[in-house]
Amino acid sequence: MKRADYVSTTNACKLCKPLGACLAFRGIEGAVPMLHGSQGCATYMRRYIISHFREPMDIASSSLGEKHAVYGGGPNLKQGLKNLMTKFGAAMIGVATTCLTETIGDDVPMIIREFRKEMEEAGDGPGLPSLVSVSTPSYSGTHMEGFHAAVGAVVDQLCAGDLLCANSEGKFVNLLPGFLSPADLRHLKEIVADFGLGCVMLPDISETLDGPALEDYEKIPAGGTPISGIKRMGCAAATLEFGRTLEGGATAGMILHKRFGLPLHQSGIPIGLRETDAFFKALEQASGMKTPEKHQSEKGRLVDSYVDAHKYLFGKRAVIYGEEDLVIGLTAFLAEIGIKPVLCASGGRGGRFASCIEHVTAGLLETPPMVEEGADFQKIEELCQELAPDLLVGHSKGYRLSKKLGVPLIRVGFPIHDRFGGQRTLHAGYRGTQMLLDRIVNAVLEKAQEDSAIGYGYM
Amino acid sequence: MSSSASVIFQERKDQILRKGQGDFDMNCNRESLAGAVSQRACVFCGSRVVLYPIADALHLVHGPIGCAAYTWDIRGALSSGPDLHRLSFSTDLQEKDIIFGGEEKLYRALTELIDRHHPKAAFVYSTCIVGIIGDDLEAVCRKVASEKGIPVLPVQSEGFKGNKREGYGAACKAMFRLMGSGDTSNISPLGINILGDFNLAGEIWIIRGYFDRMGLQTVANITGDGRVEDLQRAHGAALNVVQCSGATMELAKMMKESFDIPFMRVSYFGVEDMAESLYQIARFFEPKAPGIMERTRELVKGELSQLYPRLQEFRRELAGKKAAIYVGGAFKAFSLVKAFRLLGMRVVLVGSQTGTEEDYRELYEITDEGTIIVDDSNPLELSSFLKEKDVDVFVGGVKERPIAYKLGVGFCDHNHERKKPLEGFIGMLNFAREIHSSVMSPVWRFVPRRKAR
Ligand code: SF4
Ligand code: SF4
Repeated sequence: MKRADYVSTTNACKLCKPLGACLAFRGIEGAVPMLHGSQGCATYMRRYIISHFREPMDIASSSLGEKHAVYGGGPNLKQGLKNLMTKFGAAMIGVATTCLTETIGDDVPMIIREFRKEMEEAGDGPGLPSLVSVSTPSYSGTHMEGFHAAVGAVVDQLCAGDLLCANSEGKFVNLLPGFLSPADLRHLKEIVADFGLGCVMLPDISETLDGPALEDYEKIPAGGTPISGIKRMGCAAATLEFGRTLEGGATAGMILHKRFGLPLHQSGIPIGLRETDAFFKALEQASGMKTPEKHQSEKGRLVDSYVDAHKYLFGKRAVIYGEEDLVIGLTAFLAEIGIKPVLCASGGRGGRFASCIEHVTAGLLETPPMVEEGADFQKIEELCQELAPDLLVGHSKGYRLSKKLGVPLIRVGFPIHDRFGGQRTLHAGYRGTQMLLDRIVNAVLEKAQEDSAIGYGYM
Repeated sequence: MSSSASVIFQERKDQILRKGQGDFDMNCNRESLAGAVSQRACVFCGSRVVLYPIADALHLVHGPIGCAAYTWDIRGALSSGPDLHRLSFSTDLQEKDIIFGGEEKLYRALTELIDRHHPKAAFVYSTCIVGIIGDDLEAVCRKVASEKGIPVLPVQSEGFKGNKREGYGAACKAMFRLMGSGDTSNISPLGINILGDFNLAGEIWIIRGYFDRMGLQTVANITGDGRVEDLQRAHGAALNVVQCSGATMELAKMMKESFDIPFMRVSYFGVEDMAESLYQIARFFEPKAPGIMERTRELVKGELSQLYPRLQEFRRELAGKKAAIYVGGAFKAFSLVKAFRLLGMRVVLVGSQTGTEEDYRELYEITDEGTIIVDDSNPLELSSFLKEKDVDVFVGGVKERPIAYKLGVGFCDHNHERKKPLEGFIGMLNFAREIHSSVMSPVWRFVPRRKAR
């Protein structure tokens, strides 16, 4: 099949690095994400995120203008930090760089050190929030690299190596879930708790980006990983980190492993039976406890519905696109239910996508699906012409393609800009898999029903 | 409450005003305050907003991916024909381009896309980083233009070189370069250009319908449902009518200077402003077009006689409710203040991202005592104002929506994402209906802040 190599990008299938960093910072208690750059980037990202979560998403900016681009943005960054401290009462400020400040060469860690020193000299040291910085130039990497870099930076900069752990703390694990929906994160916390384990989940956007109606506007939404918890991560029994493409990388989990010798379980995002089993097995190990009955029966029902569904799905051709690790998880699951993934595409270029896809489909598919790194929707569309998929699985930016092809789109991940409740979409665990399965089967049935003139009342 | 009591950012004190407390004094048009979470966008955003609806042009964003990705098909600017504008094109600059320069990649991307899509013209947007690495956009565009035989126009929209308003200017300059080249021979003496309407939800078609009924010929839509060829012959029109004056006023001024085309400011929002705009245009053409006044009067009368009875129904329930307005440009705020008055509602807060001193002075004139007027606000301020004034409905864009909803306040999206036309007489009805359906919804009874009442 011809696979043209284009210079231009049309309808990107990725977002920019600082957006991921902002999302990660938003999952920390009392934290405000801040971009060091010009105002536009922050505003665009806010709009993009708000349209998905339907929640406030404040991203501060150092609002650089022309003269700062020439003389450096340090003073503005400091002024911004100060405003966030005093006006927002931030307990932590996560500063991500942008393309602009990376290119003009601002040294953010140094500016932050200076700021800290100036504040201490002025007697404001005690009230100083935790300050974390991460380098996120979008000209290398996508929002997911930005997300993981931010999580890594938080751990690296807040988890001091000289930690003393008390036995009284109780047994807990660190869970590094990656970018999942608030509903997923709530479910994951429930699972870990059912094993009798404590949990520091980093980051945790389950409440900060899916909060209740309130009496008052919160300057910083409640919820998120407590900073005190982050500082104790070195005392955990183990770290569980999701994302197959992360294996072997310098991730937050790896930092914890190296700094504190914590056992590190890296596994795929728990979607589908096998990847979820792996997660539960890691929890069994960490807790010394068998999987609780509640989850075993959830698994039992899932297997039962695999059987109920198999005829509707066998041989259906699916195109899956989006963030690499999410696509890998979804592909692992789809292969289990007899769907034939024909294309796995991502805007990312992490370099591990193809081997991971091969790994999770081995034994289930005769040949692994086509894998496209660095894909945009131009390319995905061209490939679809020949691949003739029966369904698309991905975020809402594939809607126009699905409309053109006349095939259903199963909306997962981020962003969901054209449907309600994206933040409450469950993908993870046996339960999340169950919901995905139900949605997929129903989409296939609906399509068959609509395409038929007969008007079947039983499908 | 004294005016200073609710000042959150001291540095922004003189960007907030309360009518009736002291003299008019507004220090606007400043750079946003770092760390205040401004609702503003950037220069690039301003240019993109204005040029985006030109549907048969290629819009290539030269920069890293984000700037293009976040503006992919974000506005409801409709086209009656081609829809090239709804695709998001980017050079997606990578590290090596940053180091060695992006001109080569830009050249190849442009060539590739022009060959693929055969656009009538191409706009190339510069983003922050391009301003830093110093790519010569002008030279690349010139080269591609001569090779491909279409206009290829650089848009100098480096994000950090100001705010949205500078972006409008850059867009106007780029469009102006198209003008003067097209054939104007079949343009009637009653030809007009529509400036500053972006055909959100098909609004420009409503307005063109009115102009048709008045006997006018629309030469170019600038830019809603816009076409390159129309822009190229826009200099053949007798009059420019300019809405959203911030966005395209500069173009009108350039056209006045170069082609001696007069312009007038209009607004299609709300009954009063809509009718007055039509009359104003009719008066302009009256010497050349006898009967145009009568036709316009007929038109307005016909529309109003249908509209008023239906508005009254909404008014009955909405009268006395309180509204807040926070929009991009101040022009829209003027019309909204009047529109709310027509519904019997009170505007207690009005602000904009990029108003000028002149704009704020006008707002000061037309609002009631006690109304808060604010420039370049942010979530902390806006939420405190909403609470202080106990607002019933807030008009703004997507970024303001969660602020309203968290506080249990109704909301109306009057920004680029609207799906129902809000312009014209029919637009006033849609507006009233939308305000009504938000204010009167039973859900507010269940939200914590209102439940207590
Ligand atoms: S300049 Fe970089 S950080 Fe800003 S929006 Fe564009 S890609 Fe994202
Ligand atoms: S990089 Fe510059 S042009 Fe792009 S969104 Fe940010 S401020 Fe705007």
